[in-house]
Amino acid sequence: MLLQLYRTMLLIRAFEEAAGRAFHGGLIRGPVHQYVGQEAIAVGVCANLRATDYVSSYHRGHGHAIAKGADIRKMMRELLGRAGGTCGGKGGSMHIADFSVGMLGANGVVADGVTIAVGAAQAVKLLGEDRLVVAFFGDGAVNRGPLLEAFNWAVIYGLPVLFVCEDNQYAATVRTSEFTAGEGIVARARSFGLPAESIDGNDVAAVHETSLKALTLIREKQSPALIHATAYRWYGHFAHDSGAYRDPSAHRLALEGDPLERCRRTLLEKDVSAQTLERMRADTESLVAAALSEAEAAPFPEAREAFTEIQDVGAEWAR
Amino acid sequence: MGEMTYGEAACLALRQEMQRDARVWALGEDLGSIGGIAGQYRGLQEEFGRSRICDTPISESTIMGAAVGAAICGTRPVVELRYADFALCATDEIVNQAAKIRYMFNGQARVPLVVRQPIGIQKGCAAQHSQSTEAWWVHVPGLVVVAPATPADNHGLLKAAIRCDDPVVYLEHKELWPARGAVDSQQAPLPLGKAQLVLKGDDLTIVTWSRMRHVCELACGALAQQGLRAELIDLRTLWPWDREQVLESVRRTGRLLVVHEAVRVGGFGAEIAAEVSEVLWRELKGPVRRLAGPRSPVPYAEPLENRMRISPDQVAGMALEMIKEKR
Repeated sequence: MLLQLYRTMLLIRAFEEAAGRAFHGGLIRGPVHQYVGQEAIAVGVCANLRATDYVSSYHRGHGHAIAKGADIRKMMRELLGRAGGTCGGKGGSMHIADFSVGMLGANGVVADGVTIAVGAAQAVKLLGEDRLVVAFFGDGAVNRGPLLEAFNWAVIYGLPVLFVCEDNQYAATVRTSEFTAGEGIVARARSFGLPAESIDGNDVAAVHETSLKALTLIREKQSPALIHATAYRWYGHFAHDSGAYRDPSAHRLALEGDPLERCRRTLLEKDVSAQTLERMRADTESLVAAALSEAEAAPFPEAREAFTEIQDVGAEWAR
Repeated sequence: MGEMTYGEAACLALRQEMQRDARVWALGEDLGSIGGIAGQYRGLQEEFGRSRICDTPISESTIMGAAVGAAICGTRPVVELRYADFALCATDEIVNQAAKIRYMFNGQARVPLVVRQPIGIQKGCAAQHSQSTEAWWVHVPGLVVVAPATPADNHGLLKAAIRCDDPVVYLEHKELWPARGAVDSQQAPLPLGKAQLVLKGDDLTIVTWSRMRHVCELACGALAQQGLRAELIDLRTLWPWDREQVLESVRRTGRLLVVHEAVRVGGFGAEIAAEVSEVLWRELKGPVRRLAGPRSPVPYAEPLENRMRISPDQVAGMALEMIKEKR
């Protein structure tokens, strides 16, 4: 199991590093918010989900898509704005979505994916389906009103939602702690009657175990819960941002919490051979490299595609 | 065919759609406790239960965001936002989510929902409960915008809005709730995007919608007494608006007056006026004109509020001036 989690983390790491290089190499034209350093959270949680369960995400959404099973070749095409991308080149990095695996979309507006998630859970309940919903959001969302509305909403209607706050310590370029009154997200969640727990988001086994417990309870009791997972965002807010506002020594220290390295050491202790792990790393990197070169070779979408999928009841003459 | 109010007609449409399709449900404030702020949901919670007629907290962002989530996951929510003014608290979810999701995810999901947000001046309701915001929504690609003026249209158009796979901003008018009219309860949904020719005439075309339709009808009656025949078109759907019908009419009459209650500046009348002027400028007998609200908040006291209202006399007066105008 842990080996499988490690492999998915490697895949996300490789994808995100490649996305960063592609951005700096001029292949990606818009903002790219990398998930490097936070891989254990998406991977630990999503490993407990079924294909039919839903996840909603935010602007840093590649990791959730990959952990939920989205095709990295289509994702890379999307980042490069090519035909055959996850969203046909209309969405790009910030709007990665793959409904075929229950990934309801990365979302460019902070906290909006959370209100969408509670609505998805309400649909599940209305339709009598057996699905769970996970709402991933960053620590920057904790000061937006709709997030608190959604907590209240999920509790009063008894909805099967797991809220996962990925605390990478920065809301865009400022330290979230400086801008957050009170005891933080766990206390806020508990004040709504949400069971809430803080965990080390660099420890994939802990994320996996805690979310399994929470999800099992949610499935049984049809009531929501929250997990607050701390981690560290290795790069800037997005690839344009060098993150120069961070204290260099604290930054170096934080990098030592690397969730992949930590998982690797545990696997070695469990007698998995270093060669196996190295081969796994090389495999995932070559998968990503292939996805990138395929994407680079793929054609751009036809310009006429700009006007598809707007609405049914529209007006051609106005385009 | 029976007579009922504009509010009852909407209630009937929703009831029929909920009976027809188990995926249809409604959410918003005060739907069950009092049957909606204007009684437009009366009796529905008793019939369909609390999960399908869902009373909500006063959380507009989440009412709307949850509706988006529920719409992309297989249901067809009807959202009640009570007043257009309060819908502004949910503008982000309407504009950035409901209107964009189908497009930015390239059709992986559709967002079949209706956002009911009644517009207009309602006696004594003052600045934050009286606005007509239709132009804001028409400006947003992805949305359909509907503004019914009669009980029959509120019945037929609400059915159509609920069956539409696009997000529909549905703008009832608060002062029309008690208006009575004939409704064929078995009528099929009305087509979205089709205007109604209310009165046929050759001297001038008047284009309007929502409550102003009734004001314009009175004005046309006054003009008729002077032997002048105005053609009156009620757009009913503002996006997409029935451009063909309006162009055809103005080609015949050579004159266009657009009337709406919303603020004139940047109002939807400006769009119609510009489009018609661009296409038909050679055939126009005079400039296209607009009669619409002053750029002022809506005040409380009666004489002040009346300054914001458009009267049949004003419409008839402007129409008369236009007909007499020489090039």
